[in-house]
Amino acid sequence: MLYNMSSEQNELTQTPLLKIWVPWVHSTLSRRRGSSVPQFTNSPTVIVMVGLPARGKTYISKKLARYLNWIGVNTAVFNLGQYRREAVQTYKNYEFFRPDNEEAMKIRRNCASNALTDIGAYFTKEQGQVAVFDATNTTRERRGLILSFAKEKGYKVFFVESVCDDPDIIEQNIMQVKLSSPDYENCDKEEALEDFLKRIECYKMTYVPLDEEKDRHLSYIKIFNVGSRYLVNRVQDHIQSRIVYYLMNIHVTPRSIYLSRHGESDLNLLGRIGGDSGLSTRGQMYASALAAFVQSQSIRDLKVWTSHMKRTIQTAEALGVPYEQWKALNEIDAGMCEEMTYEEIQDHHPEEFALRDQDKYRYRYPKGESYEDMVHRLEPVIMELERQENVLVICHQAVMRCLLAYFLDKSADELPYLRCPLHTVLKLTPVAYGCKVESIFLNVQAVNTHREKPPNVDINRKTEDALQTVPEHV
Amino acid sequence: MCVCVCVFEDCPFRFENCKKQHGVDDNKKSSVILVAVVLCPQSCPLRRDREQVGVAAVLRTRICTSRPETTSVLRRDAAMRGSKRCRRDRPVCMTNCPTLIVMVGLPARGKTYISKKLTRYLNWIGVPTKEFNVGQYRRECLKIYKNFEFFRPDNEEGLKIRRQCALSALNDVRQYLCMEGGQVAVFDATNTTRERRDTITRFAEQNGFKVFFVESVCEDPDVIAENIVQVKLGSPDYIDCNTEEAVADFMKRIKCYENSYQPLDEGLDRELSYIKIMDVGRRYLVNRVLDHIQSRIVYYLMNIHITPRSIYLCRHGESDLNVRGRIGGDSGLTSRGKEYAKSLGHFIQEQNIKDLKVWTSQMKRTIQTAEALAVPYEQWKALNEIDAGVCEEMMYEEIQEHFPLEFALRDQDKYRYRYPKGESYEDLVQRLEPVIMELERQENVLVICHQAVMRCLLAYFLDKSAEELPYLKCPLHTVLKLTPVAYGCKVESIFLNVEAVNTHRDKPENVDISRPTEEALLTVPAHQ
Repeated sequence: MLYNMSSEQNELTQTPLLKIWVPWVHSTLSRRRGSSVPQFTNSPTVIVMVGLPARGKTYISKKLARYLNWIGVNTAVFNLGQYRREAVQTYKNYEFFRPDNEEAMKIRRNCASNALTDIGAYFTKEQGQVAVFDATNTTRERRGLILSFAKEKGYKVFFVESVCDDPDIIEQNIMQVKLSSPDYENCDKEEALEDFLKRIECYKMTYVPLDEEKDRHLSYIKIFNVGSRYLVNRVQDHIQSRIVYYLMNIHVTPRSIYLSRHGESDLNLLGRIGGDSGLSTRGQMYASALAAFVQSQSIRDLKVWTSHMKRTIQTAEALGVPYEQWKALNEIDAGMCEEMTYEEIQDHHPEEFALRDQDKYRYRYPKGESYEDMVHRLEPVIMELERQENVLVICHQAVMRCLLAYFLDKSADELPYLRCPLHTVLKLTPVAYGCKVESIFLNVQAVNTHREKPPNVDINRKTEDALQTVPEHV
Repeated sequence: MCVCVCVFEDCPFRFENCKKQHGVDDNKKSSVILVAVVLCPQSCPLRRDREQVGVAAVLRTRICTSRPETTSVLRRDAAMRGSKRCRRDRPVCMTNCPTLIVMVGLPARGKTYISKKLTRYLNWIGVPTKEFNVGQYRRECLKIYKNFEFFRPDNEEGLKIRRQCALSALNDVRQYLCMEGGQVAVFDATNTTRERRDTITRFAEQNGFKVFFVESVCEDPDVIAENIVQVKLGSPDYIDCNTEEAVADFMKRIKCYENSYQPLDEGLDRELSYIKIMDVGRRYLVNRVLDHIQSRIVYYLMNIHITPRSIYLCRHGESDLNVRGRIGGDSGLTSRGKEYAKSLGHFIQEQNIKDLKVWTSQMKRTIQTAEALAVPYEQWKALNEIDAGVCEEMMYEEIQEHFPLEFALRDQDKYRYRYPKGESYEDLVQRLEPVIMELERQENVLVICHQAVMRCLLAYFLDKSAEELPYLKCPLHTVLKLTPVAYGCKVESIFLNVEAVNTHRDKPENVDISRPTEEALLTVPAHQ
């Protein structure tokens, strides 16, 4: 049923989990000429942050890493400050950063080399594809060091420089993230602020920004004043182009994103997956409750998005406000298993059912999709969410899990098991380096549609084992 | 009392549902909001036809309740920018008000190349766009071009004519954006003085358009010379000149602009939205991107290049389902299909293409075809054939038998028609957009795909409309070699001499839903 066994040795066979066609050679799958993973980048890339302290480098590093990991590019952040904190257990004051402090300079240089060594290890031993080197890198000398390191190893380098001269933004930054840093654990706010400002002064003395002339052979993006202007030089490849596009779409204006599923649907009640059914009575009640909730929140300029499926649109209709339909927000396509109950899937396709439990993220339904496919489908949605301000997204269980995983930096293994119950709104508010989540249950009962991973995922497991974690239904 | 009225008079839900769908204030006595389509319920049979109009945003008119007849006074209200709007936009078309893209740069800097390419891209993704080339207006006005002296900054007469042409073009821009449902207008002219740009900015403000400048700066004499050779020499202006004369005259023309050229300035123009493209894309300066469409435009402009290359489009070899006249599915190649794959391998070898990338879909038949090439290839799920939903693996005869209504609706609007539980060509275009973007970034690529997919890609390269797209001829066993040249694309069609069934079904004459079966099946190609 899954394999196309044929007499010819160069026939194709479809891998059971990913449903990818590969050449069938003898009984083993040989090195495939066909790559089914998008080739974002051929050689590893080092993204080098550049900028004075409190210019948003760590914010950008973390956000970029989160995005790249979500779209499937293995990325890690290497924060030099952390290396320094490990080397110098206690931070005394800004004097450590004075350019004439020989002792400190030695330590800092050591930290930088250690970080670069770790980056090398990340690429060679941990299949890393992108490393973000989060440090000030404000001198030409330091950047030169990184460039030679990368050249020697065959890595690409892309600089991201953040330039900001707006004192309000800088102070905001300091308040939001610096004061709570381990460096200032035992200081009061004023002391910390003052010390940090002196720290910035230390760097200013030796700061050499990327130069349009002298650095014209480097690949970089210069971000001015939190995104009002960008200078982009020599984008080399696809991943750098995506990074630039992403960086040009993010903003720091405070706002909230509300994620919710449609109201309980008729098929939900019957324990059937997929399909395009309407809301049950309770689902309708939820829609009204959602409307009341949105009103009570008094959200400024709220945009409402739904999928093209009846149940999300019915939910949005109750809100009485304009909404936008995205086909990309449609629920995962369960292919041959559309509108089946889990019991029926176990009955008709027990092997598929087991494979799904083995790797729920990558498993593709026959003639359907996988969570991995969905992440690609949802990428434009995420990009537009980054551009927007206040948005309410009314979607579906699998879709919501993908979106949530992006905002909360969940791994591919955790993603398919995130809890997204019906009739519950998740309010996400960006704060500091991450996202605050508030879960608001709107007090209308609904069935549970969450199926945990059962302990036994073997293809030969018994039916009771397979159906152990199926939630109740009519 | 406030009432919402669907634009289309024959809509059965004209006065009904709209009312409760966007919370109109009942106390506002004198406003009537006309909504284009979106709020009409899914069940309305006219909805699908009308959806294209949804692209044009909401048109509002203020009507006194005592004169309900005057619905003909429609004016796009610029003040509505911030107010509540009742519409559904397709995700790609998320502009609130129309956008005016203004090109800036000396002659031979690629402004027209960029204008045309950008227009082609925006139209393809579903944003109605039109370019307005002031040079053309000038040619209509002046009939005969004598020489560069027309462009001398001290030529009063010349200046007057040129100014008039610019204003005339702006007038047409207004007409296009306000009256004809346009979303983006590209104003292609040098616009090299601050004064001219201020005029345009004021014009845009008056009409409620957003402005986005695209400046092309280039000092590389080789690039400029190449430009002139490629596109200027063939211009109507130089029809009766030999190459040397033309080049000499054109260089003097450029000189006329150079003295008064005021590039966009980081300081003085910091409030404007613009992208400055330097040295054909080596460096970009992007300032104040305001909205989604500008962000997409910037992304597109940053991904295109002018390095010579060719794109090869072809379908998989003939498949088992092809031969049986069945659509969709995931079957393997027939023996003729395999022969084609081998021929394709030879063809590629002969062409001796530098660093060729090969892309396929994730369906068996394209992968089998690529395997025969014995080179690395990349599988894109986005290149999968259109999903025919409930009609997958059916013959046209069976679709007519089981779903005659659907079959007729598809013939009525093949581009927008979506198979039940499947996709439409319109959906395909959305899905293929990242493929197009990556094709723009790449150099030599061979794309082995499917009929509907190939039609979409071809329509992008050859600037075909949504009406033409679903009927483009993409026969099996034929490679289309596309080479960018001047402002467009040269196409070479290479049949690799392996016979295959015809899978092209033309639009039949009778597309009525009550048509008899024979008329529905009139254009179905022969099969087993």
